[in-house]
Amino acid sequence: MAQPLVKKDDDGDDEMDYSPFLGIEKGAVLQEARAFHDPQLDARRCSQVITKLLYLLNQGETFTKVEATEVFFAVTKLFQSKDTGLRRMVYLIIKELSPSNDEVIIVTSSLMKDMNSKTDMYRANAIRVLCRITDGTLLTQIERYLKQAIVDKNPVVASAALVSGIHLLQTNPEIVKRWSNEVQEAVQSRAALVQFHALALLHQIRQNDRLAVSKLVTSLTKGSVRSPLAQCLLIRYTSQVIRETNNSQSGERPFFDFLESCLRHKAEMVIFEAARAITELTGVTNRELTPAITVLQLFLSSSKPVLRFAAVRTLNKVAMTHPLAVTNCNIDMESLISDQNRSIATLAITTLLKTGNESSVDRLMKQITNFMSDIADEFKIVVVEAIRSLCLKFPLKYRSLMNFLSNILREEGGFEYKKAIVDSIVILIRDIPDAKENGLIHLCEFIEDCEFTYLSTQILHFLGNEGPKTSDPSKYIRYIYNRVILENATVRAAAVSTLAKFGALVGSLKPRIFVLLRRCLFDIDDEVRDRATLYLNTLQGDDSIGETDNDVKEFLFGSLDVPLSNLETSLQNYEPSEEPFDISSVPKEVKSQPLTEKKAPGKVPTGLGAPISNPTPTVDAYEKLISSIPEFSSFGKLFKSSAPVELTEAETEYAVSVVKHIFDGHVVFQYNCTNTIPEQLLENVTVFVDASEAEEFSEVVLKPLRSLPYDSPGQTFVAFEKPEGVPAVGKFSNLLKFIVKEVDPATGEAEDEGVEDEYQLEDLEIVAADYILKVGVSNFRNAWESMDPDSERVDEYGLGARESLAEAVSAVINLLGMQPCEGTDVVPSNSRSHSCLLSGIFIGNVKVLVRLSFGIDGPKQVAMKLTVRSDDPAISDAIHEIVANG
Amino acid sequence: MAHGEYLKESYPSVKNILLLDSEGKRVAVKYFSDDWPTLAAKLSFEKSLFTKTAKTNARSEAEITMFDSYIVVYKFVQDLHFFVTAGSDENELILAAVLQGFFDAVGLLLRNDVEKRTALENLDLILLCIDEIVDGGIILETDANTIAGKVATNGSDNTVTFSEQTLSQAFATAREHLARSLLN
Repeated sequence: MAQPLVKKDDDGDDEMDYSPFLGIEKGAVLQEARAFHDPQLDARRCSQVITKLLYLLNQGETFTKVEATEVFFAVTKLFQSKDTGLRRMVYLIIKELSPSNDEVIIVTSSLMKDMNSKTDMYRANAIRVLCRITDGTLLTQIERYLKQAIVDKNPVVASAALVSGIHLLQTNPEIVKRWSNEVQEAVQSRAALVQFHALALLHQIRQNDRLAVSKLVTSLTKGSVRSPLAQCLLIRYTSQVIRETNNSQSGERPFFDFLESCLRHKAEMVIFEAARAITELTGVTNRELTPAITVLQLFLSSSKPVLRFAAVRTLNKVAMTHPLAVTNCNIDMESLISDQNRSIATLAITTLLKTGNESSVDRLMKQITNFMSDIADEFKIVVVEAIRSLCLKFPLKYRSLMNFLSNILREEGGFEYKKAIVDSIVILIRDIPDAKENGLIHLCEFIEDCEFTYLSTQILHFLGNEGPKTSDPSKYIRYIYNRVILENATVRAAAVSTLAKFGALVGSLKPRIFVLLRRCLFDIDDEVRDRATLYLNTLQGDDSIGETDNDVKEFLFGSLDVPLSNLETSLQNYEPSEEPFDISSVPKEVKSQPLTEKKAPGKVPTGLGAPISNPTPTVDAYEKLISSIPEFSSFGKLFKSSAPVELTEAETEYAVSVVKHIFDGHVVFQYNCTNTIPEQLLENVTVFVDASEAEEFSEVVLKPLRSLPYDSPGQTFVAFEKPEGVPAVGKFSNLLKFIVKEVDPATGEAEDEGVEDEYQLEDLEIVAADYILKVGVSNFRNAWESMDPDSERVDEYGLGARESLAEAVSAVINLLGMQPCEGTDVVPSNSRSHSCLLSGIFIGNVKVLVRLSFGIDGPKQVAMKLTVRSDDPAISDAIHEIVANG
Repeated sequence: MAHGEYLKESYPSVKNILLLDSEGKRVAVKYFSDDWPTLAAKLSFEKSLFTKTAKTNARSEAEITMFDSYIVVYKFVQDLHFFVTAGSDENELILAAVLQGFFDAVGLLLRNDVEKRTALENLDLILLCIDEIVDGGIILETDANTIAGKVATNGSDNTVTFSEQTLSQAFATAREHLARSLLN
C-alpha cells in the first residue's frame, strides 16, 4: 500500500502549514484596500484588510511611497465608521504607516474630534496616535486637551497623555515642561499606573534640578506609592539623590533607610531594584551591603531562572569590588555551576573564582572541569585568567590548578585560548618556584603536538632559559630535538637556539648537544644551518675568536642593548660598503620600553616573550603611593600617571602641580602643594574642583592635606568616578582652599586661630591621550600583520593649513599620546608627504597600532589618512573619534 | 555611573517584543528602538536569538539570557516563542513582568488555545495586545487581565475586571466570526 500517502493525510501536514495568510500578496491586498472607499463600509471586512496590511508590514514587506500614501488616504475614510473595533485597527495602522507631515493634516481633525469624544478608548488612543505622528506646530493647538487628559478621571486616558508627554519631551521640551502642575497632580493619582507614568514624566522634566528631584523623593518616600513599577522608579531617583549629595563623608547616608525598607517590599522587582541600588552606591560599606546581599542570596535558590540570573549577575559585580561580602553566598553559588541556564552557570563560576578561598579550590576545580567542555573559547579565556590569579593568591594550591591548566591545554581550542593557558603556566612557573619542573614538563608535552608556530617558538625560548637551571636538564633534550626533526623551519631554528643554551649552561650535556647540533648542519633551511654553525663555533670556544665562557653566555642569553626597532631602522639605512655595520652606531634612546608582540589582549604585561616590560620607576612610585591610600584601594590597577602639570605661575605664594592618575573607572588628581611663605602655616588644605565641564565625572573622594608648613611639600587628592573603560574627557577648574595661620618667624610657632582662605588655580583637563600608554613595538610590521584585519578602521581627515608637515605630524602624535615607532616621528625637511607609525596601549589593556599618511600641498593644507588596528574594533573607532574631535 | 548614562535608565525601557514560531519565523514583532535600523539587522537579531534559545526549556518558567549585550527574557508554549528584549542594565524582573503580561494576555485572548495557527487567525488581537503593553518603549501595562480587557472591549472601561470566564464568552463569538471570515 502507499503507506506514506496515508500517513501524510493522517498527520495533516497541510493543516500544519496552514496559515490564514497563505499565499498573501501585497498587490492583491492593496486592491482589497479599495473597500475603504465604499460608501457603505463593511466594518468587519475593513478590519480584516487592515490586519492583512499589518501582517505584510510585520513580515518586513515595504510599501512604496505611492502605495503608503494611497493606503493612508484610504484609511482616513474609515473614520466615518462608528464601529469601535474597526476604529481600534485604524489607530494601529496609522501609527505603523507613520505618515509624513503633509499627510498628517488629513487625519488631524478626525483625531482631535476623537480626543474629545465621550468614549474613553477613543480619547486614549487618539492622544497616543496624534502625539506619535504630530510635529511641534500642531502640539500647541492640542496642548490644552493634553493637559486636561493628564488629569482625566479615566486612568487609561491619563496614562496615554503622560506616556505621550515622555515621548514629546525629547522633541518639544519647552511645551511639555509647562504641564508640570498637571503632572504633579497625576503623581498623587490613586491609579497605580498613572502614578508610575506621572512619576517618570515628572522626573524627566526635573532631572537637571537637583533640589526638585530631592524634594520629590523626600515627599514620595514618606507617602504611598501604589505600584511596584513606580516604587522601582522611586528607588532609582533616590539613588540619584544619594549620589549627588556625596558630601556626607561620615555618618548616615540620607535615604539609606528607605532603600533598606524596600528590601522588605512584597514585590520581587522592588526588592531586587533596591538590592541592586544598594550594591551600586558609591563607597558602599560592608554594613550597608549585608542586607542587600542577604536578599540576593535568597534569590539564588529561587525556582525562577530570571531571579537567579538577576541575583548572580549583581553579586558578580559586587565580587569585583567587595569579594569578601559575597563569600557567604559561595555554597549557593556552587550549586549554580550546574544550572541549566548557561548564562547563570557562567556568572556563578566567575564569581566563585573571585571569591573562592583556599579550602574550596579543589572542589571548584573539579566542578569547572565538567563545565569547560560546553562553553565558548571566549569565556574559557576568562576562566583561565581567573584561575591564574586564583593560583597566585593561593600558591599552595598550584598543583591542582596546574593540573587543570595542563588538562585543558590538551583539549581542543583556538590560538587565543591556548595562548592564555600557556601564558598562565609560564607565569605560575615564574612566580611559584615549586611549580617550575612540573610546569616545564607540561609545556614540553604541549609542544609535542602543537599546531601554533608562535606558541612553539615562545615555549622553546622559555625552555632554553629555564630548563638548564632545573635538577635534571637532560630530560628536556628529547622534546627539543624532536622539534628539529618534526617541525617547520621557524620552530626548528628556535629549537637549535634552545639546544645551544643547554649546551652552554650544562657542561655534562655539552658533548651530546654537539652531536645534535652537527646533525642540524644538514638542514634544508638556511636559518637553521646558520644557527647551528654559529652555535657550534661559539660553544667550542675556537681560538679564532678566543671567547671566554662568560662571553658565550652573554651572547646566548644577553639581551640586545639597543631597541630592536632602532636596530632595524639602522640596518635598513645601512648601505652596503667597505665599512662594516657598527652596532654601536644604533641609537640607544628608548622612549618607552618596547613590548614584545602579543596577539592576545594580554591583561597583564607578563607571559611569554621575556623580557617583561618594566614600568617606568615613576609610575611604580606613584602606584605605591596611591595604593597606600585606603580610599583608593578599590579602584583597581593604576593604568597611567601623567607628568605633573603646573597649576600656578612660577614664584607665587603657593606652588601647586597636579598629577593625573587614570584607573579603569576612576581618575585621581594628586595635587602637589608647596607653601612658599615662611610666615604661614596652612591647614586642612583641599582643592575644590568644579567638574561642571566634565559631565561624565562625579567626585567620590576628597582627601585633604592636614597641614602644609613652609617649604615642605605635601599632597591632597581628589578622586572622580567615571564610566568604566570609557575615555571620558573634560575640563576641571580648581580652587585651593585652606585655613591659614600666622607663624611667628622668631619662635616658629603658629597661632591657634586660623582664617579660611582660598586661592584660584589654573584649569586642568583630562584629554583622550590620558587613556593611552606610550608603548612601542619592536617590529611594527609584524605586530600590524598579527592584528585582526577586521579590526581595521580607515578614514581621511583634512587638518587645514599648518605651518609645516612636521608640525602637523607632531600635533597628531601629541593628540593621540602614542609611541612613534621606528623613528617615524621625524619628518625630513622639505618632504611633501610622510608616513608615521604609532603604537600604544589603550585603557583596558587594548593594544592599538596606527598608520598615518600625511600629505601637504602648496598653500600648506595638510591632509591625513588614518588607519587603525586594535585588539578591539571599538577602540579603533575610538581612536578615529579622538582625531575627529581633536 | 555617570549622569549621561543614568538618564537613559530613568524609566524601564523595552527594546522589542517578539513572537516567533518554532522555526524562528515571525508571527508578530514590534521594535521600539533604533538599535536595529534595517530589516536585515532585525531579522539577523531574531535569527541569532532564536538559535541561541531554541534548545532551552522555557516552558514552565520564563528563561533569560544575555545576548549581544541585551537582556532577553523568553517563554515558549506549543509552537510559539515569546521574547522581550531590553538593554543590559535593565531590571530583569521588570522585564519578566512585561513578558508574563504579554504571555498571559495572549493566553486569555486566544482562550488558552495558544499556538501559531490561532495566533495568526487572531493576529489583530495579538497586535493590539502588544500595542497595549508597551508604547514607544515605555511600559503601559503588565497586568494580563487588564491588557486583555483593553484589547477585547477596546479599552473603554478598565474598571471592569476581566476574568477569564467573561473573556471566553466575549470571544467565543468574535473569534469564530473572524476566523470564518478570514477563511473565506
